Amino acid sequence: MTINMAEVQALFFEESFENLDLMESGLLDFDVGAVNKELVNSIFRAAHSIKGGAGIFKFQQVITFAHTVEALLDEMRNDEHVITQSIIDLLLRSVDVLRMMLSALQEGAAHDNDEAHACLVEVRGILKTPLQEMPIEEGMTTSTPATNTSNVTVKTTPQIKNWYINFKPLPHLLQTGNEPINLFRELSNLGTLQVTVDVSQVPPLATLDTQVCYLSWQLQLQSNEKVTQAEINEIFEWVEDDCELTITTESEDTTVEETVPSVEEVVKEVDETIAPIEETTVTFDDELVDTAIVEDEPVTITKTDVAKTESVPVLEKQTANKPNVAKKSSKSTKNEESLHTHGSNESTSIRVGIDKVDALINIVGELVITQSMLDQVGEHFDPSRITQLRDGLAQLERNTRELQESVMRIRMLPISYSFNRFPRLVHDLCTQLGKKVELKLSGEHTELDKTVLEKMSDPLVHLVRNALDHGVEIPEQRRAAGKDETGLLHLHAFHQGSNIVIQIKDDGAGIDLEKIREKAIQQHLINREDSFSDEQLQELVFHPGLSTAVQVSDLSGRGVGMDVVRRNIRSLGGTIDIKSKRGQGTTFSIRLPLTLAILDGQLVRVGDHIYILSLLSIIESLRVNPKFVNSMAGRAEVYKLREEYIPVLRLYNLFEIEPGTTRLDEGLLVIVEGDGQKIGLFVDELLSQQQIVIKNLDTNYRQVQGVSGATILGDGSVALILDVAGLVKLFHHHKPKVIMSTALPA
Amino acid sequence: MNHDNQQIANKYLTFVLATEEYAVDILRVQEIKGWNKVTPIPNTPDYICGVINLRGTIVPIIDLRLRFGLERLEYGVMTVVVVVRVVAMTGKERIMGVVVDAVSDVYDVTESEIKSPPDFGSVISIEFIKGLASVGEKMVIVLDIDKLLNSNELAIVEQVA
Repeated sequence: MTINMAEVQALFFEESFENLDLMESGLLDFDVGAVNKELVNSIFRAAHSIKGGAGIFKFQQVITFAHTVEALLDEMRNDEHVITQSIIDLLLRSVDVLRMMLSALQEGAAHDNDEAHACLVEVRGILKTPLQEMPIEEGMTTSTPATNTSNVTVKTTPQIKNWYINFKPLPHLLQTGNEPINLFRELSNLGTLQVTVDVSQVPPLATLDTQVCYLSWQLQLQSNEKVTQAEINEIFEWVEDDCELTITTESEDTTVEETVPSVEEVVKEVDETIAPIEETTVTFDDELVDTAIVEDEPVTITKTDVAKTESVPVLEKQTANKPNVAKKSSKSTKNEESLHTHGSNESTSIRVGIDKVDALINIVGELVITQSMLDQVGEHFDPSRITQLRDGLAQLERNTRELQESVMRIRMLPISYSFNRFPRLVHDLCTQLGKKVELKLSGEHTELDKTVLEKMSDPLVHLVRNALDHGVEIPEQRRAAGKDETGLLHLHAFHQGSNIVIQIKDDGAGIDLEKIREKAIQQHLINREDSFSDEQLQELVFHPGLSTAVQVSDLSGRGVGMDVVRRNIRSLGGTIDIKSKRGQGTTFSIRLPLTLAILDGQLVRVGDHIYILSLLSIIESLRVNPKFVNSMAGRAEVYKLREEYIPVLRLYNLFEIEPGTTRLDEGLLVIVEGDGQKIGLFVDELLSQQQIVIKNLDTNYRQVQGVSGATILGDGSVALILDVAGLVKLFHHHKPKVIMSTALPA
Repeated sequence: MNHDNQQIANKYLTFVLATEEYAVDILRVQEIKGWNKVTPIPNTPDYICGVINLRGTIVPIIDLRLRFGLERLEYGVMTVVVVVRVVAMTGKERIMGVVVDAVSDVYDVTESEIKSPPDFGSVISIEFIKGLASVGEKMVIVLDIDKLLNSNELAIVEQVA
């Protein structure tokens, strides 16, 4: 089997970015002053995984950096530091540096060495115990830097610790992807290492299984006194479950200057010992088997320890937690078409909960059963089996629907994927702007389609930035206005019908409509004489080129943002509303469709035409009682439904098609809601309800007002999906003369 | 213009509208199919017949007779729909069907044989015509379908407020 390194590397980057996100969110959860051990541990583990992964690809700078950060975290774990805001900030900066390094490596570009270096020095600066083997120079190797000389003179510090490690892997060690040589190499970083291999378990060649590990090792490690048991345990962390391991120690109080074989040589020795096994018959030197174990205080690492402290939390974190599916993954080249339309960098992989996949497998199993059942019916078919056939078909329908739902569910991600970046953003912006803001997130578990989610990320970031930059005032101003110094920014997501609504709400200054008006007049967007309603002025916020910020900052204020935000949201079939009260704050509400692909539809007929209404937009359908129909100003019709007057929209009028009937009492009135307004759609009749696969009209044509898309019906013909909000708008602009002429019964 | 290019003959598919013969680059033609019922789109000009389901994609159908202001011909079993690929200025590719009276022939025409048209006498605006080419005794009108099928109602619009 060949391993595609590029693939592995891509995986490493993806995982590392996830780990960085994990570290970041962990750091933001820190409370100043108190040490949350579990939190430190999880951050530590994330840093450690990055270091480990980087080790495989020999990304020295990353290793060095991650190692330093790890050291700091380790000290925090051991209560050597009081957690202050500055430490947290420094660690956050480190996360940024790591992210920068990794993305630079991923793209093969150079990164900002200065920042990395400065950050590294700073982290080193606050370490209680300075790191010895790692000089600050970039690109320093961690292993003993002697490759050509066979012997190195090692001057050991006065205090020497001797470690005796008995390492006996279980036979399947190699199959789990672990390589003892790597462990030894790692050990050799801690001091001088002597490796003795025990080959007594190696069977004769005829019965030798190359996949099985028959060897065991005795290791003797001479290290300085600073090396702790934990450091050695850490090296064996990944193989603990797959071996028998005893680590004992004894200290020597002598100064030794001796010549010992370098690690490379030892490793070579091991290599050479292993190599012949794969060739022909070899005789083994019994002297190699040296059993020098000094039992001082034996430590056995038990499996349960590991399971509790390490593996389980890691697993939980990875499946249940937030990891933002690598935001920076490469552009997909396979989809040439999409490059034309959107060159954005969306991630190409998705992390799916195992429950969702299991559900999918179950359904597919059922589908197979249904298929074989139908097969049987079909093979010896006679009319008596018609009920069986019907049952089978009903079952097939159910299976298909479930399958469809499950597949759709795979694409659904909780919005927390997008929300999780905001604590950091808000934290940073507050520091930068000198503002105090409390960020409140709610409804993070609301799920929406991955595509929608990814495309929403940037608009959301923009809105949050705007809210902080323009919305929330600086503490003094807030105090003066009689408000709490700390502003509140609330991100809220919830379902509403077939939509998901995301609200970004701040309690800041609100939008200064006068200022907008002035700006708009200045830029000749409107005339001074024109009068505008507040809503219309607020609308202007979305106009390209308009910004009310007095000063253009690097955050916002260039006026390029809001129109882009709106365009992005519109391209997803969503809408954005703005509600602002001077002095009390601004709320942006984004309304998005749950998914772009499927909807529950109600088929309606008008004349020969079939249209589809989203089931969720329908409030009720009723037969018209002519008594309740009134006309307004002789042009519009309203229907009195209980205590409400609902405008009647005759679809055939609007679409200028031949109706089945023009008499209201002969057709049906479907009460639908769109954009907050209820209207009664007059149609000939309701047909069936079914799941509709949405096809875009603008793929080959363009968007049509009042029509959100099209679908293909069972008979292969195309039916248009009506967009109620669009219909309402169309209705308002529709010329009344048509309504007049057809108001008369045909 | 490059001299070599002028000598390379491109294949053109020609079709008939009323009495005139029009040509389109054959590489743009995806398929030729018979007339099927279309689903009309509300509030569109009459030359946009509607949309059809072409193996799962929604494809608009344009009646070229009506587009060029010619008299409407009833659709029937003999009506032909030429499905073409249209590239917009933005690079976006779209598939559209055009209704024509009949498909005529395939000709080799070199670039140099295409002469620029005089600015009168045609039912359509000159901007949609790439040129005129003579094939034997006949004259065919070479259409610029990218321009034609991206004009007016068919243009891709950035949705604006």
